[in-house]
Amino acid sequence: MDLIKIDHISKAYSGHPALSDVSLTIPDKSIFGLLGPNGAGKTTLIRIITKIIQQDQGKVFLNEEEITYDLVRKIGYLPEERGLYKKMKVGEQLIYLSQLKGLSRTEAVKRIKIWLEKLDLKSWWNKNVEDLSKGMAQKVQFIATVVHEPRLLILDEPFSGFDPVNADLVKNEILDLRDKGATIIFSTHRMESVEELCDNIALINQSKKILDGSVKQIKEEQKQGQYIIDYTGTLPIKESFDVLSQTDLEGDLKRAHIKFHKASKPNDLITQLIRSVQLFAFSEKIPTINEIFISKVSPSHE
Amino acid sequence: MKFSFQKCLQVMNKVSLIIFREYLTRVKKKSFIIATFLGPILMGAVMFLPTYFALNTQGNQFFQVIDESGLMGAIFVSDNEVNYEYISTNLDLAKSDLLENDIDGLIYIPEFELNEPKGFILYGASNQSISTLSSIENTLELHIESLRLSASGLDKEVIESFEANIDLNTINLSDSGGEQESSSGAATIIGYIASFMIYMFVFIYGAMCMRGVIEEKSSRIVEIVLSSVKPFELMMGKVIGIAMVGLTQFVLWILSTGGISILISVLMSPVALEMGAANSEMSSEVDMMATALSALGGINMTLVLSAFLFYFIGGYLLYGALFAAIGSASESDADAQQFMLPVTAPLIISIISLSLVLQDPHGSVSFWMSIIPFTSPIIMMMRIPFGVAPWELILSMLMLILGFLFTLWIAGRIYRVGILMHGTKVNWKILAKWFMTSD
Repeated sequence: MDLIKIDHISKAYSGHPALSDVSLTIPDKSIFGLLGPNGAGKTTLIRIITKIIQQDQGKVFLNEEEITYDLVRKIGYLPEERGLYKKMKVGEQLIYLSQLKGLSRTEAVKRIKIWLEKLDLKSWWNKNVEDLSKGMAQKVQFIATVVHEPRLLILDEPFSGFDPVNADLVKNEILDLRDKGATIIFSTHRMESVEELCDNIALINQSKKILDGSVKQIKEEQKQGQYIIDYTGTLPIKESFDVLSQTDLEGDLKRAHIKFHKASKPNDLITQLIRSVQLFAFSEKIPTINEIFISKVSPSHE
Repeated sequence: MKFSFQKCLQVMNKVSLIIFREYLTRVKKKSFIIATFLGPILMGAVMFLPTYFALNTQGNQFFQVIDESGLMGAIFVSDNEVNYEYISTNLDLAKSDLLENDIDGLIYIPEFELNEPKGFILYGASNQSISTLSSIENTLELHIESLRLSASGLDKEVIESFEANIDLNTINLSDSGGEQESSSGAATIIGYIASFMIYMFVFIYGAMCMRGVIEEKSSRIVEIVLSSVKPFELMMGKVIGIAMVGLTQFVLWILSTGGISILISVLMSPVALEMGAANSEMSSEVDMMATALSALGGINMTLVLSAFLFYFIGGYLLYGALFAAIGSASESDADAQQFMLPVTAPLIISIISLSLVLQDPHGSVSFWMSIIPFTSPIIMMMRIPFGVAPWELILSMLMLILGFLFTLWIAGRIYRVGILMHGTKVNWKILAKWFMTSD
């Protein structure tokens, strides 16, 4: 079932398009990655979903109901531009932000303690925010976003500013939240985290949606009949495939990256190959999201 | 959109959370605590030091007198403030003496005609105070007058018996037919103090509001908070929270100023009495103070205080909203500077116009400036001690309420867009565009 439906959204800033006619659906209880280079329109889309800015055209539906301000206030939203009150203590600040989300003080204290423990911040309750490192402040912001256990989480660039250890910590918490039934939308221009996290993605470039769907399906669609083979001997020339690259491994063993001219079954390729070479390994080359991203976004595609 | 009581409560609850935070973080600050303690001490000093110094002038001034006319006799009498010494040396010698020795002044009385007294000179190493000058002039004039009187053959005692000392009591008739004793002196002082306090409070707390908004904007907390509350709720929470800080400070100041004043007056009364006994002129000054104090009874202090609270809150809301809007358009205090002058201009004009209002508290300039919301808080506080017709007061208050509702509305529209804008160079045109942006 789809939790969010984005229907033909357009937005321009003083005549300059930020989003042009973007439509998307985001399934319930899954992690949705909103990808795109800097300035593609990701943050604008998120700000429209959270009703922080108003779209010029189009509608956003949550649970098949047009999204309202009151619905938005139940979302957990981690903005891209984020900070904290510098002079406030970590504990007080989190209590304040949770109370604004509607938690009672006692409930807030209870949950915040659990979260601070989970994210290794237990001893920081009484410290001023200005004494925190950037990564720690990011974790505090993350807690503020999830503490009221929202059904929908929107995280704008959640991993920026984290070292790999902390990024992993937060990544696991996000997966955990998904398993508990939350729907998570996050935007990023860094692809490393996407494949292990996202169930579905949409790629936005220059205000337009370029592709969307489940990660698996997109990869399937984007593969181009490319294979990696390890072999000894000499590859036949003028066959039905191109050799894209070739490297020498140990001894006589060589590795080649080949591409079929036209779609055909792997077995046909193997039949062709074993006539002339000794085959040691054969695997289909499935493009990474990163490769798809670069191929779709790079200027040569314009 | 449907309206429900529960939803209304939720909003109130969130706004009160914001108010509470804004209030607590400021009241707990060291600067607030210091200001709260220092304020009354400063105010006490401003009120009592002049009196104190009036009673204890620097003392032990030393003047020399050369009387070449031989007419004046020993009219300058030493007291515990000034010592006079009559000398008969040559003027030039005395002048050089004055510079060498530690002599404060040299009074030179030349030979003169009674009909045309002139040529009196006061030599000094430095400028003399006005009170010293007038006291010397006074002494000389009085003596020459009495010399003339006796020259014309009139008996001094007869003349004195004709002298009358009239104390003009002023009584204002009010529409209701009642009579009200008043003292324009006391009214002036109260009006000034109240107007300046309003000016200060509006400026200080308005700027506090602006800095609070800038802090939220530049620390990027604002979008996190805005995921829970509407921009207008956040702005109102801040504006009201800071108003409460101002009220708290005001109440604390009133309480502790009262306390300190009582303390000081208790400590100073023996001194004043002693001085009064030693010097009859001083006791008349003390009398004057007493009259001024009793004249306060003629001014409706309850009205002054409650009007002060109203105009403080109203004026603060009016300007605080504008300051918040400025803050939302700025990323640093420096950015805010360009918008400050036009916004604060009416405040400054009000303060400059106070003397004008004072000359004619019931004139048309005074009337209009006390009705227009941007100037009314300061101007009306100046007028109230002189008595203002109830309909004028009510009209002015209504206008102020409309005024701050209007500025809150404008500010809210600018704020909701500005608070999320980063890296734009903002000018008046852009502010207007934000204002026009539809929801």
